[in-house]
Amino acid sequence: MKYLHLVWASLFRRKTRTVLTLVSIIAAFLLFGLLDAVRTSFSQAGQSANGAARLQTGSKLSFIQTLPLSLTQQIERVDGVKAVAYANWFGGAYQDPHNQVFSFAVAPNYLDLFPEVAVSDAERKAFIGTRTGALVGEKLAQRFGWKVGDRVPLQSNIFPDRSGSKNWQFDIVGILHATDKKTGGFFDQMFLLNWKYFDETTPYNQGAAGWYVTRVTDVNQADRVAKAIDALSANSDHETRTQTEQAATASWMKQLADIGLIVGSIMGAVFFTLLLLSGNTMMQAVRERTSEIAVLKTIGFSGRSVLAMVLAESVLLLMLGGLIGLGLATLIIPAVSAGSGGMLNLPSVGSGSWMLGVALMAGIGIVVGALPAWNAMRLNIVDALAGR
Amino acid sequence: MNWLINAGLLLLLAVVLAAWVMLPWPGALALAVLLAGWLLLTRRGRQTLSVANVGISTLTQRLGSSGVIVVGIAGVVGVLVSLLSMAEGYAETLRRTGGTDSVIVMRGGSASEVSSVLTREHIALIQQADGIARNDKGEPLASEELVVAANLPVKGGAPGEEGSVQLRGVGERAWAVRPQAKIIAGKAFGPGLRELVVGQGAARQFAGLVPGGTVRLGAQTWTVAGVFATGDALESEIWADGNVVADTYRRGGSRTSVTAKLADPQAFKTLKAALEANPQLQVDATTTLDYFSKQSEGVTKVLRIIGITVGSIMAIGAMFGALNTMFAAVAARAREIATLRAIGFSGVPVVVAVMLETMLLALIGGVLGGLLAWAVFDGYGASTMAAGSVGKLSFALRVSPDLLWTGLKWALAIGFIGGLFPAVRAARLPVTTALREL
Repeated sequence: MKYLHLVWASLFRRKTRTVLTLVSIIAAFLLFGLLDAVRTSFSQAGQSANGAARLQTGSKLSFIQTLPLSLTQQIERVDGVKAVAYANWFGGAYQDPHNQVFSFAVAPNYLDLFPEVAVSDAERKAFIGTRTGALVGEKLAQRFGWKVGDRVPLQSNIFPDRSGSKNWQFDIVGILHATDKKTGGFFDQMFLLNWKYFDETTPYNQGAAGWYVTRVTDVNQADRVAKAIDALSANSDHETRTQTEQAATASWMKQLADIGLIVGSIMGAVFFTLLLLSGNTMMQAVRERTSEIAVLKTIGFSGRSVLAMVLAESVLLLMLGGLIGLGLATLIIPAVSAGSGGMLNLPSVGSGSWMLGVALMAGIGIVVGALPAWNAMRLNIVDALAGR
Repeated sequence: MNWLINAGLLLLLAVVLAAWVMLPWPGALALAVLLAGWLLLTRRGRQTLSVANVGISTLTQRLGSSGVIVVGIAGVVGVLVSLLSMAEGYAETLRRTGGTDSVIVMRGGSASEVSSVLTREHIALIQQADGIARNDKGEPLASEELVVAANLPVKGGAPGEEGSVQLRGVGERAWAVRPQAKIIAGKAFGPGLRELVVGQGAARQFAGLVPGGTVRLGAQTWTVAGVFATGDALESEIWADGNVVADTYRRGGSRTSVTAKLADPQAFKTLKAALEANPQLQVDATTTLDYFSKQSEGVTKVLRIIGITVGSIMAIGAMFGALNTMFAAVAARAREIATLRAIGFSGVPVVVAVMLETMLLALIGGVLGGLLAWAVFDGYGASTMAAGSVGKLSFALRVSPDLLWTGLKWALAIGFIGGLFPAVRAARLPVTTALREL
């Protein structure tokens, strides 16, 4: 540690070169920060304790098939079930059919099952009491500039009302806040409407439920409860498939894309290039300091401490660039999310990404510094000073 | 004075890059010819050539640092082209699915086939509308279809892991309106039976989809009769008899869409007008080309943005790597360059020579990266939940010549910036200072 100033001085011996290399490293780790955040958000989607304690029951046939509402009472009676609610996909869009909104028609008690979504009691009451009432996520409200009291038109791309029109009117009665920001990205974007209003207005639903959400009393019993729920409708014409919310979300994400593989390949290409680039810088740096290193050795520095100093220099170079890059990613992500007005909802750089990043910095630093450091250690003082 | 020149350089850079991005390949070819002419025919050009020769012939001595430029740029181009090939392959697969000679009719305002409902009466009216082609027997070439989703076990997945596939309930005429669909193994499903024909894309994604195999849809057991190929998005689906599917999904006589062949390409207007004029119908007719192209728009745009964002960040890294290398290369040659200038060479040949050297390296990197992306990813099978569909869509990544050209343009742009600043520095270093150095 006491040689830090020496390492620092040799790092910035050629300012242009070091700064140019640093920018490359910053770019690489900025990209790493952004991509790893995306990867983590995909792999962590739904992986909360609440997600493990909630079961989703849908038709075994497919997710678009509905289930009879009578299942509610049956599921309630299953041992280990704390509460059950039902919901339907509404398929709403605002103004433009491309402005899709995550909109569900839900049972009055739906939010009881989602303790991580905060909404005031008054607003809950207003929702249940207002036929055309709607509760909207914080980010969604921001995105379209909605406030409590607004009357908003929503177009359903599936359900017309009895006159055949697909334009629905809703009164916003409350705002949903996700209390757990890490997994809350989705809840912030939700639009909830009353199932009863939905069912009575469209001729196409006729008292069916899209899926059931069940909260179990004991997480460890989740699998048993899921099997018991599926047993209720075994061999009927509406067999069900029940999964924990965790498993269901993970399976959806997997169907969407193999994000891990894509991110892994990109980062592989980036870090391979970076290895070469910073390796070249370190080789140059040590080569042009040959005589200085010989002097160091002459005045008594051991080969091992010279080795350590060169290694420290390359690790410092990588750390410096890497930390700035990851820091930039941390700053940029919320800015981009805010700038897009809620359209994009990127997760921020988590502690896992930071740890992986720092490990990569150290690892690449050591690999990159190894060869020049080895050369410096083996340096023969007489040859080096003679310029041979 | 100094900052004025720097500001001028930046401005020039912005203008050149903007022009470069829009340049089609004939323009680039013309530029290359122009440059070659200048190099060979004018005095300054020949001076440039000889200076560039010195730099290029000594490249082998600087293999490591020149390699940084080549590999760095190859990395950028490789990643950029691979990511864009995803967008290209996805869009291409959907675009190919439709044509201008066929039309799809759905309930008004439906975003996709699954969310549409047409009753038996509506279907009869649609099929009798003007503009639809008819076969030898005078029947309209219009196929009413029921599109739903089905859960099937994923191939190679964990036990119990299921994915969604689009199931299309069709009649005989489905084959007539889609001449590209061919049975390639087994036979077609029997009418009224619980039998499936599976697209070869779906067969790759899901377990048990081989002729003679059985799968469970809900509580029922279905037999796979055959495999079909269309070469487009439809082969990610599985098809079965429309009546049996409607029965399984409790849809009665309703269907989701009607796909019809047009009598001739101009007949679309006739058909659309006829459907709109009928007060009993509230339907939208679109050509299948429009319908499927539109489905791909959103995803393609997102994929492009991701590709360009990732590519840009990588390009910044590679650019600074190139700057680094070229600054070092120029610094090592400072005395030679100063000598040239002392004996009367002007700045232009020096600048152009350094740029040529960098761009040559960039070109090698670009070609390498593009070829690598092409070799690894052209035709690579991928799949995703497609927008507007309820099943996984299999598609092949496509590295088109256009994409390779885009990659090369990026490579040369990075080389241009990476070479410009070192080149100008070399040319502007006072001769006396440079000669005194070292």
